[in-house]
Parts: sequence; C-alpha cells; structure tokens
Amino acid sequence: MIQLEHVSKTYKRNGTETIALNNVSLQINKGDIFGVIGFSGAGKSTLIRMVNYLEKPTSGTVLIDGNDVSDYTMQELRKTRKNIGMIFQHFNLLNSKTIFHNVAIPLILAKTDKKVIKERVMELLQFVGLEEKATNYPNELSGGQKQRIGIARALASNPSILLCDEATSALDPQTTDSILQLLQKINQAYNITIMIITHEMSIIQKICNRVAVMEKGEIIEEGNVLEVFGNPKHSSTKNFVRTVLQDEIPENIRKKINVIPGSRLFKIDFNDESNELINDMIRNFGVTVNLIYATMNEIKTNTIGHMVIQLIGASATVNQAVSFLSTKEIYVKELAY
Amino acid sequence: MFQTTVTVDQFLQAMVDTFYMVGFSLLVGSIIGIPLGILLVITRPGGIIENSVFFKMVNPVINMVRSLPFIILLVAIIPFTRLIVQTSIGTAAAIVPLIIYVSPFIARLVENSILEVDDGIIEAAESMGATPMQTIWYFLVPEAMGSLILSLTTATISLLSATAMAGAVGGGGIGDLAISYGYERFDSFIMLVTVVVLIIFVQVIQSVGNWLAAKVRREN
Repeated sequence: MIQLEHVSKTYKRNGTETIALNNVSLQINKGDIFGVIGFSGAGKSTLIRMVNYLEKPTSGTVLIDGNDVSDYTMQELRKTRKNIGMIFQHFNLLNSKTIFHNVAIPLILAKTDKKVIKERVMELLQFVGLEEKATNYPNELSGGQKQRIGIARALASNPSILLCDEATSALDPQTTDSILQLLQKINQAYNITIMIITHEMSIIQKICNRVAVMEKGEIIEEGNVLEVFGNPKHSSTKNFVRTVLQDEIPENIRKKINVIPGSRLFKIDFNDESNELINDMIRNFGVTVNLIYATMNEIKTNTIGHMVIQLIGASATVNQAVSFLSTKEIYVKELAY
Repeated sequence: MFQTTVTVDQFLQAMVDTFYMVGFSLLVGSIIGIPLGILLVITRPGGIIENSVFFKMVNPVINMVRSLPFIILLVAIIPFTRLIVQTSIGTAAAIVPLIIYVSPFIARLVENSILEVDDGIIEAAESMGATPMQTIWYFLVPEAMGSLILSLTTATISLLSATAMAGAVGGGGIGDLAISYGYERFDSFIMLVTVVVLIIFVQVIQSVGNWLAAKVRREN
C-alpha cells in the first residue's frame, strides 16, 4: 500500500521558488492500477518519484506498507527500492549491454547466483514474449520491444509495486495497447500494484481502476475511474474526459435537429444497467421519444453511455418522464436547441 | 640526401624511450586521472554523491595545471622532479612532468565522457537501489566506455607530442632526436624520418582507438 500524506515539494533555483507539489494526499491500495493524469508541468513526475523517494518531499510523509520512508537509512531505502520497480518513457536501457544483461542488472546488483540469474532472466523474457532477443542489443529493438525489456527488468527483483513514468508516451497506439495488456497481465498474475502517470485519458480508460487528476501541483479530483469519468467536476477533468468520450452533439447533427414546437431536448448519461430505461419511460408516460444522438464508451469492464433525446408530449407528462429518469440515478440535463 | 650521423641503434633507442615515456605516463596518468574524472562527475552539484567541498577544491586545481603549456610545466617543476626521482635530466626526469601534465587532462576528458551518459540511466540505477559504486561500475562506466576509449586515445596522442619537448631536459625519444640532430645539426634526413614516424604513430593510435570504441559501442 502506498500512502502520501500532505506531501509538498518546492524547488529553489536562482532564488525563485517553484511549487511542484502542493499538499497532496493519496492512497493506493494493494492490487490497484492507479492512474495519475495531468498536463505536462502538473507535477505528475515529481509525484511518482515520491513513491520510490527519488524525490524527497519538502514536507509531508510517504508511507510504503505503513512505514515512513523518511525514517529509512540509505541502506533500508535501497532495499525498499528493490521492492518498487520502475519503467520509463525513454526506457533507460543500457545500450552497451545485451538484452539478457539489461534484464539481469537488478539481480547482478543483488549479487544473485549466476545460475539463478540465468533462469530468472529467461523466465522474464518469456513472460514479456522476447526470449529470442536475449543476445541482441537495445538498438536492435523497436520501441515497444524496448519497453517490454524495461518491464522485464523492473520485474526482475520481484517487486510488489510497479511505477510507470509515461511508459507508453513514446509508442504508437497499437504498441501502447499491447504494453497496456502486458501491464494488466502483470497486475493480475502477480498482484502487483501499478501506478501510472500519463497525459493520455485513453490509458486510464483502458486499464486503471482508480484515477487522480492533477493540475498545478494539486490533485483536483480523485476516485473510481467510472465515477470520475461519469461525473467530472473540474474543467480540466472534463477536457480529459472529452478526449475519449464523445458526449457533445456533433455539429452536423445539431444542425439537422427538427425543432418541433413544444418539444424539449435532454442529455442523459447512463450506464450498462439502464438498458430498458427508454422503453419503460415510453410505456409509463406515453411520451414520444426521438433519438438525436447516442454513444457508448467502454471503461475497463464497464460501459458509460451518453444520449440526447427529444421528448414530445404534454408538458406535465414530459416533466413526469424526466423525474422518472432522475429517480433511476441517471444524470439528466435539459439542453437548449 | 640519405646521409645521417644518427645510427640505427640510436634511432631504435629513441623509439624505445618514446614508448616508455608515453606508456608509463599514460598508465600512471590513467590511474590518477580516471578516478579523478569520475569523482568530478559524482561530486558536482546534483551528482550522485554531491560534495561541493571536494568539487570546488579539485576543479580549479585541474584548470590551473591544464593552463600551463607543457614546456613551461616541464622546467617549472624541476625541483619537484628532483625530489621524486633524484635527478632533473633524462627519461625518468621527463616522466614526472608528463604524469603531472596528463593526469588532469585525462580527468577532464573522463569527466566529459561520463557526463554524456543520459541522466535517465542514473535514475534507472537509483530506482533499482544501486549503491553509488554500483551506479558507477555497472551503469556509468559501461555506457561511457566508447567515449572513454576515444578520450584516452586523445590523451595518448597529446602525450606523444609532449614527449617531443622532453628533449629539453635530455629526456630522449624521437622528438629529442629531431631537435638535437635534425634541427641543431642540420640533419635533414633524420628530421624527415622522425616526422614520418610520428605521423605513422598518431595514425595507428587513432585507428586502434576508433576501432576499439566502435567495438564497445556496437555501431554497425
């Protein structure tokens, strides 16, 4: 478990102070895939480096499995770091060494027996699907393959936490997906807690169960991915959500809406448990429903839908229909034409 | 044209003296300079074992020694040389200033080579819980190896040219031959031969250095 309590970080350079983190509190539970999203300069990089103490907080506490990291001696800190794997945007592999050696490095540092190293490295290379590249060098690999090697290296010392620092930002969308699948596999197979920082909402959407949104060194929203996606509060969060969820009426559809006198337009956000909703509404209240626009988006194993409908009927029945929807814990908002 | 007063034995002895001076001072200079260069990298502000006292003391000293042309260094430290090797003339006497000349040079070159290593590599090492020694040995040195070899190649060639001035303290070597026979006794033939030999030496040293560096860098 990772806990950050009121963590702040200030950099002093040439007399000017920059606040990278401002009173950030966060809890990441065992087995979570926790995403931190924010634009560059939001403090994500500093935040993730607090966990393995590559950056020391100016104030506040970092607790790993309940232990305050600031109490550790250098030696204890190194031991803790062996329990926290890290992968990087630019992979940070040793270009002068073979793939085998790159994966073996954490074990060499721990002075592991050579035989054990060989077995473990081959097992890891097999896990990431690159056992045939053992004798190759990093510059002979593609970006996606390099990141797989980075992952194998991070897993070599059997960590319980894996930190991913923009791990897919240098990769194309397809390669990104395959790396994300690998991370999910790691999370499930070894029950490793994963913390991901990214500026891409699609990564959060695909594999995270919890998310924190950062802006200007602060966490502005945090929680279950579905909740944060379904009901974003801050404008930055809304912007991020919009990059993956199309919930606005596209302009050419908006232009073609037939404005029927007495009709009203509603936007409805729903989830996959509200399948029979519209049917019930029509049956119970006798309103006419025109579907203007609808989308469904997949977030991990859940779906979240957005729908714009036109309701036609007597104003009292329309009001009743709308309050019926609202009681089903569905977010309903009236739109202007 | 092909007449000369220099015997073959004399010429061979000069070559041996040159090899001896370059080889010995390169060896001792590397033993001093390489660790010094690494220390400069790790103790600098933001380094892995930051130590501003050491850095601020050693850095100007290196600059000081490096600012002296070898011919001045050679004569300026004669009392020190006499203290170390009990004499101020001959090949042994030349080696003391050569070492003092090349050590800070190697330190500076090594420093630059290691600074070229991506900070990400150091961060990766730290994230794995590597000790400072492990970071140097398993990450910095291997990643900088190609550049380090080229640095030592440059240092070797500089040493070769510095040995030519060792003639001023009777150090011997090919450079000494060129000055005391070729120049001072108008022996054009031996002058020509030493020039050709020096050119060949430099070519060979540089080629070997390039080849080794390419091999460890795996540029192919």
